Amino acid sequence: MRQCEGVMERSWVIKNGRVVDPANKVDQQCDIIVQDGVISTGDEIGVDDLPVIDAAGCLVVPGLIDMHTHLREPGQEYKEDITSGTLAAASGGFTAVACMPNTCPVNDNSAVCAMILEKARSAAARVYPVGAISKGSEGKQLAEYGELRAAGAVAVSDDGLPVTDSQLMRRALEYASDFDLAVIAHCEDPALSTGVMNEGEMSTQLGLKGIPNAAESVMVYREIALAEFTGKKVHIAHVSTAMSVDLIRQAKARGVRVTAETAPHYFTLTDEAVSGYITNAKMNPPLRTGEDRAAVIHGLQDGTLDAIATDHAPHSILEKEMEFDVAAFGIIGLETAVPLTLTLLHQGVIDASRMVELLAVNPARILGVEGGSLAPGAAADITIIDPKLEFSYSVDQVVSKSRNSPFLDWTLTGRSMLTMVDGAVQFSRFI
Amino acid sequence: MATGYFFSHRHILGIDELSKDDILHILDTADSFKEISARPIKKVPTLRGHTVINLFYEPSTRTRLSFEIAAKRMSADTFNISPSTSSATKGETLIDTARNISAMHPDIIIVRHSFSGAPHMLSRYVNAAVINAGDGAHEHPSQGLLDMMTVKEHKGRLNDLKIAIIGDISHSRVAHSAIEGFTTMGSEVHVFGPATLLPKGLEQLGAKVCTSMEEVVRDADVVMTLRIQLERQNDPLLPSLREYSRRFGVSQKMMSLAKPDALVMHPGPVNRGVELMPEVADSTQSVILNQVTNGVAVRMALLYLVMGNS
Repeated sequence: MRQCEGVMERSWVIKNGRVVDPANKVDQQCDIIVQDGVISTGDEIGVDDLPVIDAAGCLVVPGLIDMHTHLREPGQEYKEDITSGTLAAASGGFTAVACMPNTCPVNDNSAVCAMILEKARSAAARVYPVGAISKGSEGKQLAEYGELRAAGAVAVSDDGLPVTDSQLMRRALEYASDFDLAVIAHCEDPALSTGVMNEGEMSTQLGLKGIPNAAESVMVYREIALAEFTGKKVHIAHVSTAMSVDLIRQAKARGVRVTAETAPHYFTLTDEAVSGYITNAKMNPPLRTGEDRAAVIHGLQDGTLDAIATDHAPHSILEKEMEFDVAAFGIIGLETAVPLTLTLLHQGVIDASRMVELLAVNPARILGVEGGSLAPGAAADITIIDPKLEFSYSVDQVVSKSRNSPFLDWTLTGRSMLTMVDGAVQFSRFI
Repeated sequence: MATGYFFSHRHILGIDELSKDDILHILDTADSFKEISARPIKKVPTLRGHTVINLFYEPSTRTRLSFEIAAKRMSADTFNISPSTSSATKGETLIDTARNISAMHPDIIIVRHSFSGAPHMLSRYVNAAVINAGDGAHEHPSQGLLDMMTVKEHKGRLNDLKIAIIGDISHSRVAHSAIEGFTTMGSEVHVFGPATLLPKGLEQLGAKVCTSMEEVVRDADVVMTLRIQLERQNDPLLPSLREYSRRFGVSQKMMSLAKPDALVMHPGPVNRGVELMPEVADSTQSVILNQVTNGVAVRMALLYLVMGNS
């Protein structure tokens, strides 16, 4: 495993891999030629002279894009920073991340946005800042979307907090459309959501205060109603319940411009993972029941859910090694998303093309950013994945600054082997 | 009890971890200790030289006193620490507190905490045996055991009984431990209360959820009521104690639906006239004070058993 530094080679031929590029309806064994950081047909250059990356047995796919990451910089660099977070991303197969604005200070202005992008210039993955929906994410007045867009934000969200004021949310959907900014909704009714885990059999058994699935559903329905009324787009973050999946499916059938993501933990774990008061199984929204998990998987299959995003939320042991009630919500996810998604592939739930749609094509489309395609002329953002490689995700392997993962010491199948951004190898396990 | 049985629990964290044999063994042990409290000189040397710490993060009068009396009657040295949860949140973490206490080599730590699972966490960081004296809305195992001891004394058995529990099931660690215990022993636990106070998943815990006072009380062998609180953390659970008392308070008339020899139980402290009418609390069917007496014996047994005695 290595991180590549120094002057980077940006021309390659990737041989022997199975190229999965659903945006161009490609799923076949073929070579990918990269010339000066751009994907090329190879017609005009001597391919024989290019350094070779042997991707035998691997999937070669458009660079994966995580549309929901917390990089924690500025303000909480002891948990993660832009350098460590993007390195974790690259090691997990992501060539780009969209970083949520709940930093200190909140990313609700051009200065924070510009600072993030300045730091990201030397980062191991592309960084797309997400600005705040409301000033300070306080849910009171709109942030300045024109300024945020000009500074490089691709979307707005008050993620971590719901926008409780429905009028403000309506105006956000309308005003964001003037600047072509995606609106990412964190759906949670705070009055209903005062607990620490999913409300149900497990919360009763453990004596922990529950968060009902209705706390999510009522807000998902509100966003759908607002999107339907205004005719504007809305993207629902971290869908965790069967009812949310149903609501989104019905809304899409009516033509509402709604898109949605879920996270690997919602299709992998249930609230039984909390048993033993395991704080690495505490996140918001919480792990739900087996029925919810099955509905989320179905939603990934039938197109109701458009994207898999990690909701990578680093916390140090200061926030996690404590009583369950007071431990922080959230887990890291950049390094485990690929193997957990591959599990769905190995189970025959989704095929390789669908996996690439969920992890690259659709996130690019929803955020309105480049990527998700290996067509000649596209920037050479490429991920190479060995779908069969088994590894144990032990604590010493964690690349993120934080280690709050419920998947520690799991034996996982499938791993990203190489991550290339603009033709430069940012992370490789081949050497 | 199976031959070759031996009590293997280092900690007492919840009744959910105890088998039928474990429960019977604890109750038998408690039974044998009960007469010590009736002696003129109420002291045996069994735990002489042992250090017992009462670490209570939540206010408690009777449970703490009961554990302290139990330990002293066994000749253990007892110490009480009552850090307030709020100052603990600002300062030292529970893990650090645990490590510091552990460094002084206590033998047993009895912990009460408003957070469910806190004793479980503590048990991973100390060398001492940990006894849960109530954690959040999770469990209160010594209470569940003293409830069973009291029922067994009066009914002669713990199987094939109808146990009715009425009140705030959502926030009650007492109800939770009772459900775990009585169902493990082969009795049926029927629960009832306002819908705002009946949590999801009670059936999976083994309880039967009733739809009326009449249904829960009818032919019951034991009627247990729980202390009621109007509001918790701004959660509007009930409009008034007056209305609660009318609909869910256990009256003598209601008790007439239960078996004639039904027991009336309450973990205390009782809100007289709210969940339990005074004439019921003071009736001959009431075993509320027997519960308190048995509490000392059960806690003596737990202290004895976690020290590896059998």
